[in-house]
This record gives sequence, structure tokens and C-alpha cells, in this order.
Amino acid sequence: MINSVWFFMVVVGILVAGFNGRIDSVSTELILAVREAVELALGLIGVMSLWLGLMRIAERSGFVEFLARAVQPFLRRIFPEIPPGHPAMGAVVMALTAGALGLGNASTPLGLKAMKELQALNPHPEIASNAMVTFLAVETSSITILPATVLALRASAGSADPAEIIGPTIIVSLVGTIAGVLAAKILERLPAYRIDPPHRN
Amino acid sequence: MFLEILEIVSRWAIPFLLLVIITYGYLRGVKVYEVFVEGAQEGFETAIRVMPYMVTIFVAISIFRTSGAMDLLARALLPLAQRLGLPAELMPLVFLRSISGSGSLGLVTEILNHYGPDSFVGRLASVMMGSSETTFYVLAVYFGSVSIRKTRHALPVGLLADLVAMIMAVVVCRRVFSP
Repeated sequence: MINSVWFFMVVVGILVAGFNGRIDSVSTELILAVREAVELALGLIGVMSLWLGLMRIAERSGFVEFLARAVQPFLRRIFPEIPPGHPAMGAVVMALTAGALGLGNASTPLGLKAMKELQALNPHPEIASNAMVTFLAVETSSITILPATVLALRASAGSADPAEIIGPTIIVSLVGTIAGVLAAKILERLPAYRIDPPHRN
Repeated sequence: MFLEILEIVSRWAIPFLLLVIITYGYLRGVKVYEVFVEGAQEGFETAIRVMPYMVTIFVAISIFRTSGAMDLLARALLPLAQRLGLPAELMPLVFLRSISGSGSLGLVTEILNHYGPDSFVGRLASVMMGSSETTFYVLAVYFGSVSIRKTRHALPVGLLADLVAMIMAVVVCRRVFSP
């Protein structure tokens, strides 16, 4: 899909510029733009290093496990289908905790492991289980503790106060996640999405 | 009251995390200095890895914007944008956020560069970017890994969460950073 979008923007842009007589500006701006892209990417290094350094300590010290254990009792209530003590619970908790800390490299393999465990519990292996959809609802709505990448972008772009968006981002991602989980719980009961057809009395 | 809390959270988030994680690590016997350096090394790799994506998307956005095509699109989407309370310039981001991670990253970078990171548009784009994930990509990868095709309500739920986050971002940003 990104292929079509990119293609569309470049080709339509050039054609429109042709009609508008802005072809000259397009060329000059393009050269400036690609240089800016490189400068901005380089500017990311500082904040990214800060965050990744900190996260490495968190991983190495067992902080992530500590957080995961604190969060588990709460997460257990959203995943009633997972029997207590089953490895799926641990995998789900770890994946979501790593995701919340923005550990993209760690959270994806952990998430895939969680899916595998949930699949082991899945009575219909070709159909997504309720637990899977709920898990992904939290994953894709991304509950964020610190939006590291955005911070890095803002710092690189010269913001006077890159961190000012942290509070709002936390609140918004939290609301999004709550909405996602509620939607998952409601939709899973609808006849359209049920696995077995509803019984008629 | 609410605004003050958000502000305190924003200001304390980084120092607090530094304090907690480094202290926890130190007390657990981690060589915090060396391990931090180890992790920081990845920062370089990440920035270098991102660079070609950044260049690629900037090519498209620069052409699209300079030609005037972006204005045409913004004008066409204005009624929808007004309904959602969004600045029209951010409509492309609403769609792209759920579709492409690298694409939306590049778009947000360009928006921050063009409008300034401290403009209302820049701040709103930042919040929108940080508060959700690339739904299509995550679903494809995660379900693909267990070979499930019948995803039931996963996509509607994911897109709904994204939409709620976008709208919430507008609401919160309007309160916190009056445009």
C-alpha cells in the first residue's frame, strides 16, 4: 500500500506542478528536502541513544520483569480465557510491558511468542481467538510510557521543549487502549463476529 | 488541575525514569555506565537505519507539497477535517498512521520541519504519532506468524482504537496547547 501512496504522491505532484508552473520550485525544494531528511535523521541520534541506553539497563537489571509482575494481576482480568499459570499469560504480560516501554526490538519477538502461546490455547486454530484480538487491541493501540521516537524527532527539529507532549501522549494512548479493549470485549459477542453461531431457544 | 497534572508528568517523565531505572539497575549490581553505553550504541544504528526511509518519504512529500497538490488535497478534505476538529494539514497523517509506520514517521518529521515542532500542528502531530501503532502492519505480522486468516473483529477494533486516539489527541491538545 505504501508503494501506491508513494507512487501517487510523486507522479501526481509532478503533474500538478507542471500545470501550476511550479516545476522549478519542485526541483530546488527537492534537493533541499533530501538534505534536510539526512540532517533530521542524524539529529535523532542523541535522544535515541539516551533512551536505548536507559532501556538496556532496564532489561539487564530485570526491571522489565519486575514491572511485568506488577502489572499481571490487572492484565489477568482482561484475559479471562487464559488459564492461570499458563505460559501464555507470562508471554502476553512481557510483550505488553516491553511495548509500553517502547522497546520495539524486544517487544516484537515477545509479541510473536505470545501469539504462539495463545495459538496453543486456541480451540479453532484457523480463527482468531478472543484473547488474541484483545491482545492485539492493546498492542496496536500502543499504551506508551514515553514516546521516545517522537521526542527524538522534536529535539532534532529544534523544539524549545520536546518533552511537553509526553503527558498528553500518555493520556491519549491510554484512552485509545481502553477504547480498543472495550471494543474487543463488545464486538466479540456480536453475532457477526462470534465463532459459534448463536443458539436459538 | 488536569492541565497541571499533565504538565508535571511531561516535565518529570524523563528524570523520573532515569532515577528509577538507574537506581534499580545499580542496586541489582548492573554496571550502569557500561550498559548504558552499550544501549546507546544502538542509537546510532537506529538513526542510520532510519535515514534512507526518511529521504524516500521526503522526496514524495516535498514534490507533493511544493507542487500545490497538498493544498488541493487539504481543501478537498476540509469538511471532513472540520467535522473531526483537525487542522486539514493533518488529514493525511490520520490515514497514514494506521497504514505505514515508516511513512507516518517521515510525514511527521516533515510536518515538524515545515510548521515547526512547537506550532499547534506540530504538537498535535507529535501526540498523534506517539499514541498509536501501525494497525495494518501489526495485524499482518502477528496473525501471519500463526497463519491465521480469519481475524474476526481484530481490524475494526484496531482501527477504532486508532480513530479514538486521533480524536482524543485533538481534544487534549486543544486544552493543553490552545491553538
